[in-house]
Amino acid sequence: MKAQIFVTLKKSVLDPQGSTIERSLKQMGYDDVDSVRIGKFIELEINGDDKEKIQTEIDEMCKKLFVNPNIEEYRFELL
Amino acid sequence: MKNYKIGVVVFPGSNCDYDCYTAVKNIINCNVDYIWHKDTVPGDFDAIIIPGGFSYGDYLRCGAVARLSPVMTTVAEHAERGKLVLGICNGFQILCEAGLLPGALYMNKKLDFICEYTNIKVEQTDSPFTSLCKKNQVLNIPIAHGEGQYTAQKDVLDMLENDGRIAFRYCSPEGEINEDVNPNGSRRNIAGILNEKRNVLGMMPHPERAADKKLGSTDGKLLIKAIGEWISGTME
Repeated sequence: MKAQIFVTLKKSVLDPQGSTIERSLKQMGYDDVDSVRIGKFIELEINGDDKEKIQTEIDEMCKKLFVNPNIEEYRFELL
Repeated sequence: MKNYKIGVVVFPGSNCDYDCYTAVKNIINCNVDYIWHKDTVPGDFDAIIIPGGFSYGDYLRCGAVARLSPVMTTVAEHAERGKLVLGICNGFQILCEAGLLPGALYMNKKLDFICEYTNIKVEQTDSPFTSLCKKNQVLNIPIAHGEGQYTAQKDVLDMLENDGRIAFRYCSPEGEINEDVNPNGSRRNIAGILNEKRNVLGMMPHPERAADKKLGSTDGKLLIKAIGEWISGTME
């Protein structure tokens, strides 16, 4: 099974990369851009097909390693 | 030579380990040992320094992988026993990731890597690391980091402030604290914080790089010397 994890800075945390890219997009003429947040994309291949077990496992991995809960939030999808 | 012992942790990617070793050896003149990250910390260390660098290439987040190293479990035990832990730069990031200090350090506000002398104001003198400084003394100590913006939830920042745990803040040469002299965008100009028991200090500036006249400043000596004095005080 494949898991795709998305990690981004929390809304309450300034995202210097996002703000820089937002300014660049506006400079390029994309005036309708309201906000840009940049994050990380992690893809895992996991053996087994017990969706519930894998979900718990990924959630644990996020909490223990992939995400720093002080500044980041996450979501993931199983494919 | 004094008979106590200070350890300097070495991770793959540490690059200030030798500077720390040399500064401690020259200033305190005690036994100094490197501790490889795969090893545990023997009980006879009086203080442990986690030096700067790019442990594990800063993969994922600065300090995220290093904090899982075997050495960190025993660093936590060492801190629990009331022994001293000083995390400098990457060491500060690792201590935050390990939960030994609150909050987190992430990319500088302007996204650039900053390597320059900064002025920091000593806000707390009742800690083993700052006991030789005067309250509000301005120290000239360099920083060298790309990810040194300190942040934490508002209630954590308030707690640090109310409990007198903000050891250093970035300031002007005159000691004024404002956004213009905040090199990396850290909340409330925070440059270094203490844990609740005040035996763990994390700071982004490098005292070991300001410990020799040839390097431009000797203000960092005060912090290293204080560690030695604190240890000999606890031995009497």
